Amino acid sequence: MTTEINKELLLRAYRMMRRIREFEERVHVEFATGEIPGFVHLYAGEEASATGVCLHLRKEDYVASTHRGHGHCIAKGMALRSMMAEIYGKKSGICGGKGGSMHVADLALGMMGANGIVGGGGPLICGAALAAKIKKTDHVAICFFGDGGSNQGTILESLNLASVLQLPAIFVAENNGYAESTSSRWAVATGNIADRGAAFGMPAAIVDGHDFFAVYEAAGESIQRARSGGGPSLIEVKVNRYFGHFEGDQQSYRGPDEVKKLRETKDCLVLFRGRVTKQNLLTNKELDEIDAEVSNEVQDAVAFAKQSPKPQASDLLTDVYIAYA
Amino acid sequence: MARKISFKQAINEAIAQEMGRDETVIVMGEDNVGGMGGDGERDAWGGVLGVTKGLYGKYGDRVMDTPISESAFVGAAIGAAACGLRPVVELMFVDFMGVCFDQIFNQAAKFRYMFGGKAVTPVVVRTMIGAGFRAAAQHSQCLYSLFTHIPGLKCVVPSSPYDAKGLLIQSIRDNDPVIFFEHKLLYGLESEVPEESYTIPLGEANIVREGDDVTIVAIARMVHVAQQAAEELAKEGIHVEIIDPRTTSPLDEETILDSVARTGRLVVVDESHPRCNMATDIAALVAQKAFGDLKSPVTMVSGPHVPVPFSDALEDLYIPSPAKVKNAVKEVLEYAK
Repeated sequence: MTTEINKELLLRAYRMMRRIREFEERVHVEFATGEIPGFVHLYAGEEASATGVCLHLRKEDYVASTHRGHGHCIAKGMALRSMMAEIYGKKSGICGGKGGSMHVADLALGMMGANGIVGGGGPLICGAALAAKIKKTDHVAICFFGDGGSNQGTILESLNLASVLQLPAIFVAENNGYAESTSSRWAVATGNIADRGAAFGMPAAIVDGHDFFAVYEAAGESIQRARSGGGPSLIEVKVNRYFGHFEGDQQSYRGPDEVKKLRETKDCLVLFRGRVTKQNLLTNKELDEIDAEVSNEVQDAVAFAKQSPKPQASDLLTDVYIAYA
Repeated sequence: MARKISFKQAINEAIAQEMGRDETVIVMGEDNVGGMGGDGERDAWGGVLGVTKGLYGKYGDRVMDTPISESAFVGAAIGAAACGLRPVVELMFVDFMGVCFDQIFNQAAKFRYMFGGKAVTPVVVRTMIGAGFRAAAQHSQCLYSLFTHIPGLKCVVPSSPYDAKGLLIQSIRDNDPVIFFEHKLLYGLESEVPEESYTIPLGEANIVREGDDVTIVAIARMVHVAQQAAEELAKEGIHVEIIDPRTTSPLDEETILDSVARTGRLVVVDESHPRCNMATDIAALVAQKAFGDLKSPVTMVSGPHVPVPFSDALEDLYIPSPAKVKNAVKEVLEYAK
């Protein structure tokens, strides 16, 4: 499999995962200082999922995300500066400071947003996929949701609708084992979310979300199926999140040392590096350079966010409608 | 002297006491126990902000976590109510009402009417309201007016721990569907609350402060904003009367109209979005029934017609402040044709 992926793609994959990791780890630190308002939900640990899927996508393809949306935004190509500024509530944020972490979006890049409503992205993606079908393009639409969202009526309804209308939609269930504090072992009636694919008449796959290559392969197959008019698919990506549901969550519902062990044994970046260096596809030096560049990039984004001004009083009333006449 | 407990503890106590008294009362909602199925603590959260903590320890399986599926689990609570239980189900943030509103407004609210007076649906839906957490547009609304609009629902909006306990116990005992709105910024507020069980009737307003110059009707956290404005106005020799309706449906019209008959001037403070909110409802009530008593037009204090913004710089402009309430009071006092 790895022989089909060229070096340029491997570098892009690593950079994308590192950007997400670095961004999230930094937001974790900055949030603790109290300077970031509201709630943030961090994606650290799940990078290979967003990356393995989104590396297949074009700018015109659509993605809808969850409250844990920073990873998908970065994977869809959103700029780090305006993302960070948005999280800080600054006017230079991608949403002008009016959305925040849970609503960060960039429609010009096909990023339909992080979403504060669990399962909210399902119907949106059916709409995006329907538009592609009617316009007779070969664009696709990806719905990311979690094990929590997998039980939401909107997701189940969306699976059904996408199948009935044979829409070019891919449903990616990122099962990190917890819906807030509640384990998926309790809340998901069957062991695997992928079992629901058959229930709604679409092909389904289960992949290890710490393995970029596995995600990339499964996503590639689903996206190709959708582009060629073969209809929707369901992919269940088994991942783990390192941080709490929200920043401030003490995670007392997780086993002792659970997160520590995950960081030691299930780090998608470490696993990627090990594999590509062992197979002489990339060198440690090349990867270290990316690490350093990304570190600077995130540092720049934070500095940009911190020195950006907040929105003004005159910004309060704008952009509720397109026309005020 | 009664001991002091918080708004959050008062709600917890109301539920716990009713569960002890009536075995048909059950509690359900997302993370109401918290930690179900995992390797860590059971009752790890006891509700996202800890309001239902400890109930699982006391009452076990009568307290349950639900998957995130409001249509399914709010609907199940309503069905169970129509079949003889008294569920207290949590809709975590009122902003989430959209994913289950059909079950509430077309089913629970209308069973009694549609089924010719034969159905009894004693469900309580507890839900969080309010801005100030920097939680942005989808987690900060006060949507009680949308529920108030529906015939067949009762709507309760307490502003103090004492009121919260009495009103919630009453709500649980009430045989109609009740929506119980808890302002998230009030959870830490403490006041004296009797240890024994007690009820406050629905549809009875509380006169929080007496005065003869201007009537202020305020809801939920705005009661406290109005009180702060009142303290400052008193120093200028202006004495306002503050009425807390406590329930928007049924609404205590008499207390409001009696007050306006004395003062002739009304300011309504409602944190909801401005269109079709409780302020418009109360203003219309007074215009219709007490027009002759009014010496000035009714003034409504709400945020602007915008989604609740994220940035603290903007959210603080959105939420009605004591200064805005004071200005409104002076506006009605200074009005001359």
